[in-house]
Amino acid sequence: MEMMIVAAAKELENGVTIAVGTGAPCAAAMLAQKTSAPDLIIFFEAGGIHPTLVEMPISVGDSRTFYKASRAGSMGDVMDACARGLVDYTFLGGAQIDMYGNLNSTMIGKDYTKPSVRFPGSGGANDFASLCWRTMVMTIQDKRRFVRKMDFITSPGWLSGHDSRSNSGLPDQTGPHRIITNMAIMDFEPVSRRMRVISLHPGYSVDEVQDNCGFELLRSDSISVTPEPTDHELKVLREDVDPEKYLIGR
Amino acid sequence: MMITKQGSGGLFTDPDPDKARLFFRNDKRNARMMKSKIMPLSRAMDWFVRDGDYLAIGGFGSNRTPIAACHEIVRQKRKNLGFLGHTSTHDMQILSAGEVYDRIDISYGVGLEARGLSRCSRSYMESGRVTVTEWTNYSLTARLKAASMGVPFLPARQMLGTDTFERSAAKQATCPFTGMELTLIPALFPDVSVIHVHEADCYGNARFNGIAVSDIELAHASKRLVITAERIVPHCEITRNPDATLIPFYLVDAVCEVPYGAYPGGMPYEYFSDEENLNAWLLAEKTAEGFAEFIQREIFDCKDHNEYIGIHGGIQRMIELRNKELLIEKEVIV
Repeated sequence: MEMMIVAAAKELENGVTIAVGTGAPCAAAMLAQKTSAPDLIIFFEAGGIHPTLVEMPISVGDSRTFYKASRAGSMGDVMDACARGLVDYTFLGGAQIDMYGNLNSTMIGKDYTKPSVRFPGSGGANDFASLCWRTMVMTIQDKRRFVRKMDFITSPGWLSGHDSRSNSGLPDQTGPHRIITNMAIMDFEPVSRRMRVISLHPGYSVDEVQDNCGFELLRSDSISVTPEPTDHELKVLREDVDPEKYLIGR
Repeated sequence: MMITKQGSGGLFTDPDPDKARLFFRNDKRNARMMKSKIMPLSRAMDWFVRDGDYLAIGGFGSNRTPIAACHEIVRQKRKNLGFLGHTSTHDMQILSAGEVYDRIDISYGVGLEARGLSRCSRSYMESGRVTVTEWTNYSLTARLKAASMGVPFLPARQMLGTDTFERSAAKQATCPFTGMELTLIPALFPDVSVIHVHEADCYGNARFNGIAVSDIELAHASKRLVITAERIVPHCEITRNPDATLIPFYLVDAVCEVPYGAYPGGMPYEYFSDEENLNAWLLAEKTAEGFAEFIQREIFDCKDHNEYIGIHGGIQRMIELRNKELLIEKEVIV
């Protein structure tokens, strides 16, 4: 979990804007803000814009999301900003992901009207995945999560690959950018838009990643090794971002 | 405009703004008058929330949400409501426990965000007894925005290409100006909504602090609107600073003074959410009998919100949550 959060934080350049939810995505954004990207501007979907995050929010609408913020706005404010192209990144999670980076957070089961498991639904995830420039996903590398065929596409990735996303009417030049797991970092091959391993976390092999994935992963010609977290990054993560170990204790 | 696709989800409310205009003209006469609308919460829920109504709850799940009103709706055993599951968490959990709704427009429900999933909401949603139409947070805000503008729909660019669209009641059309594909999001006029605020006067002029979520759009879109307030303030307090009025009186049908009305959720700048209480719900949901007893004790055996606060530590607990909200212990180090 620590490796995943640190690796995700490093994907954020200083000065960019990002929309995040609670949990690991928020921790990664907080860590980035306290280390490599002090000028990161964080948006929360309920209306909190550019807060001072002294502790991790438990809800994307709790008062921590607009503590000493530039603005306590509305959902419309934040989503309109995404729709106008002002938000560079979003970090999302999801129960399931497929090889094109589509996400399912709605239901599992063959019959939609009688799901075997009902999840929360889109929330703001479909909106962010549709409207922010680059979508990044943080999730545990696991066959039950990385699946060949999902029962429900909640939030759009590259849809069915190739040009299907741009043909759908979704805004130009948007789409999934990085998938960050506890084992590796993936991007998407630019023509087929299929998921591709580009970096392995220390100690993991590409076969191990593949063994924990329900579909065939493409492999980059030059797979790099993700840098180990520095002592400073771990200290900030453990002491300032998640001192209660809500996430890193899992 | 050429319709190219259509979601298969049901539309539970009529998006026709002409029908809504007639309602607002004829049935909101009382609301438009400067007369006191103060009443007890139990009466407001009895008068304005009727079996079969389409209900919306303001705030954001466990934040500035009228929890006292949700308890009262369950206590009064409302049935066959439609429900706007927009950013709904603990509110949906309470309404699911009472099984007061049988159809839902959902963007977010079932979960309590980082706290986990509600077994009660989940099993009710999995039971097949609830008719579900999918949306996204922005889309439901847009539905309320369209209604507040008095137009039948708004165009948007989210939901395209997904099953969320397929299970929604939106349509897809080609833009007459640019030729691009757009989602058409139908207006939503809830029959009744409840919004919790910091302060209101007796006429319903209301203001809150912190994020608005979608409550401004919701207040304008709603056919009937009940305001629950932490405090009733004199009208002169409102007129001293009319810039701060976020919900004007002419939208409001009833005003109820309910201190700590969002508890166990949080109220910005007043009190933080009671995480122990919310966790107790998640634990109690694990067994059916245990949960039935829990609901009996927490909702039905409490006459009102005051009694509910009483069984949860009363004013002493409220002071602790107030300290937590204001980050008083951390203030020095920030």
